[in-house]
Amino acid sequence: MTTTATSDIISLRDITKAFPGVIANDRVSLDIVSGQVHCLLGENGAGKSTLISILAGMQQPDSGSIAIGGKTVDISSPKVAVDYGIGVVHQHSTLVPAFTVLENLMLGETGVLQNKKRAAEHLEELAELLGVQIDPHALTSDLGLGQQQQVEIAKAMWKGSRLLVLDEPTSMLTPQAIEHLGESIARVKDRGLAVVLITHKLREAYAMGDCVTILRGGRNVGHIGIDELSSYSEKQAQDAILAAMFGDDLTAASTDPAAVDLEEAAELAGANEATRETRSIDFATRPVRLELRGITSRAGGRDIEADNVTLTVHEGEILGIAGIDGHGQAALAEVVAGQRSAASGTVLFDGVDITRSGVRDRQQLGVRYVTDDRLHEGTIGSMSVALNLVIKRIGQKPFWRAGRIQPKAVDAEAVRLIDEYGIRTPSPATRAGTLSGGNIQKILLARELTNGARLVVVNKPTYGLDLKTVHLVREILIDFAAHGGSVLLLSTDLDELIELSHRIEVISRGGLVGGVVNDGAGTAEKVGHYMTGAIEGTD
Amino acid sequence: MTAPDLQNVTGTNGAAQRFAQGFIRSVVPVLLALVVSGLVMLAIGASPLDFFAGVWKYGITGSNWQRSLSLMAPLLIVAVGLIVAFRGQLWNLGYNGQYLLGAVVASGLGPILFQVMPAFLATLVIFIVAVLAGAVWSLIPAILKARYGTNEIITSLVMSFIAVGVVNLLIKGVFKDLGTSTPQTAVIPDNDLLPYIPGTEIHIGFVIAIVLAVVAQFVFSRTSFGLRIDIFGASPKAARHVGLNSTWMVILLFALSSGLIAFAGAIDILGQFSYQRADWDPRYGDAVMPLVFLARFRPVAAIPFVAFYAVLATGGTLAAQQAGLNVDFLLVIVGLILLFMTITEYIGDRRRLGQSYLPAGLKRTVLQPFRRASERNSA
Repeated sequence: MTTTATSDIISLRDITKAFPGVIANDRVSLDIVSGQVHCLLGENGAGKSTLISILAGMQQPDSGSIAIGGKTVDISSPKVAVDYGIGVVHQHSTLVPAFTVLENLMLGETGVLQNKKRAAEHLEELAELLGVQIDPHALTSDLGLGQQQQVEIAKAMWKGSRLLVLDEPTSMLTPQAIEHLGESIARVKDRGLAVVLITHKLREAYAMGDCVTILRGGRNVGHIGIDELSSYSEKQAQDAILAAMFGDDLTAASTDPAAVDLEEAAELAGANEATRETRSIDFATRPVRLELRGITSRAGGRDIEADNVTLTVHEGEILGIAGIDGHGQAALAEVVAGQRSAASGTVLFDGVDITRSGVRDRQQLGVRYVTDDRLHEGTIGSMSVALNLVIKRIGQKPFWRAGRIQPKAVDAEAVRLIDEYGIRTPSPATRAGTLSGGNIQKILLARELTNGARLVVVNKPTYGLDLKTVHLVREILIDFAAHGGSVLLLSTDLDELIELSHRIEVISRGGLVGGVVNDGAGTAEKVGHYMTGAIEGTD
Repeated sequence: MTAPDLQNVTGTNGAAQRFAQGFIRSVVPVLLALVVSGLVMLAIGASPLDFFAGVWKYGITGSNWQRSLSLMAPLLIVAVGLIVAFRGQLWNLGYNGQYLLGAVVASGLGPILFQVMPAFLATLVIFIVAVLAGAVWSLIPAILKARYGTNEIITSLVMSFIAVGVVNLLIKGVFKDLGTSTPQTAVIPDNDLLPYIPGTEIHIGFVIAIVLAVVAQFVFSRTSFGLRIDIFGASPKAARHVGLNSTWMVILLFALSSGLIAFAGAIDILGQFSYQRADWDPRYGDAVMPLVFLARFRPVAAIPFVAFYAVLATGGTLAAQQAGLNVDFLLVIVGLILLFMTITEYIGDRRRLGQSYLPAGLKRTVLQPFRRASERNSA
């Protein structure tokens, strides 16, 4: 059953794939060699995911060919990909939460009868290979994210893999779990499988990869072979990769203010350990702007609710909330913004109890919320940029008078904000949904931070953005805090939290499990310790 | 900033072009439906020319155009009612029951009220009660939707069946005219009915309908309430984000929609029919629904489509008989409009995205044998 092939080369030649308005892959060629970890680096939108979905048979290339061991193959469906031994671990879990580990693994079985005994044996083999322990009868919903990912890897290798593709596997993991993953990858590699590791963090590529290919704008812009990479020092490798990743943006740094210099680029690409970039503030002299006292939220949905959360945010402070995605961040953000009601507890804003106020009252007071779902919640794609910029002020003067919209006032405000925040749009009347993710995020920031913002809740503010916009968004938040604004920053990106926050609280299953003052080295480890302790239950 | 941009804040970029596109997308399906229905007529041995000539003759010529315009009144009000709900992405399919409820309020209370108070006052009371009856009837689907997310298509449809039953019970029971043997309500005297527009035989319900459509258009496109409906329709999550109360929004839109449709029923009785028989159900909503989609949920754009259907329905009834067709053939044409509308939309979307008109899967399947063959040849 396990058909592990050795010394195979999967070669992609001139793969081109276009979507309306964008060329996702433009004549990309690369060789994936067995027994090597091939890192695919590039920022969001560089075409990594498209290339992987072509390998996985979920998309068909417009042109170009794929050959395995010299023989051209047509990967026309995910099933064909599995038959060729190509297993993919996607960024987001594809496991059925209500099924056990074993049931999830057997989903792809084609036989009429279930053969649980043989499946359990097979799982044991794989677990040994990966160097992990997996309880076959545990419900996947009960597993921590690190363990879920181990199951995903086992699932990808279930049919005997030739190639294991990991799509941003570290983005949801604690520093400790990333170490475990690295060990598993090394074991898989030793068994002669090829591994493709997709990441946008440079230091991971350097630590885990044997060779590196960099994609930018859908093109293969640089490849560092296995010999070359091993001969480089870490610094040399960094510079080579950065030069390929950023291209002209780096060299033009002196003339173009939007471009980033080498140091910033290295930081954005996650080359080094992150350090704080905000100015220190003295908490004792700063008044408390937001205070939550024992807040438990309630929405009636399936979300994890905020559970007895107590915290304070001072004037001019950025308070980071670290945690694995889906551990009550959304509930916490919404309960502060007024979108979700509190079942118990008190929300104090500048000392005033606002627990019972709605979204619009809080908006007037200066409580703002930049949601993580910018496409469906934060903006309305079918409406114009101008309307999206004033949508939180419906019915208010000067944009509406006696219930009637005042197009000139709306337009003037839109032009002002587009200018101030550098939103790239053909005109204020353009539909917001046609803009890029970065520009949509700028719309949200412009709308929320204008007109008397005093506290802004931001949930995953840079998720899925290109690196230049990431930089810009962080600058905007730092600037906002420096001028006396308060920020409650919820993020799953530890580097981001360390760069921006004065203090970091860790959220797990809706509750805060520990706080760290972010001054000096070691913050990441302390935060990671709280996250691991709370999630994997290994206190 | 150029001058045209200033006028275009609400997103009407390239207004003329979009109007042309909307026009093509709306009219093409109707034309195709007429052509294909002609072919269907040929196939079953009827003459399409006779039929369409009959529609023209009985729907427009002489004073027949006035009958068509009278029919427009309830149709257009039902259309506006549907649009209110549909713009908020609430699929109120309980229109038949809601219409009949409004109708039975007029036909049942009318004979009593017109005897005890002035016609003007009685008419006003009937309209208010009819709207309230429709609104109250929609509360159950609305509350279920708002509180528990229950699919409103099913609940409103089921409530419609119940309403039809209740209406028939009322006509056969308390509202029955004891003077006749057939189960029907008492006839409202002609001078108590809605007045005609001077010089015509079109009752003023037509004017009310047109005014309603224009007012609704203004509300939707120019006011903060219209924008709130659009936000709610575009994304309930976004609505919550900007601080709209979605529970209240669902209940309000459902009540407005249902109330308007019931109002159409009352107007139809007081303007046109003057009494109501048991088991009578004109099913206006069934015919109007595709039309409001063609009008892209714009009340003013619905006016020409409703006019078109009113002529088709007024002339078509007699014309169908003359051409040897069943009256139900009209619904075939409506169904064909829906079908071609869907196809036109699909092709339009593909064209906008610059994609092939063929579905991706179909294209692959069709091309597969040829590709295999060419590979074989080259080998």
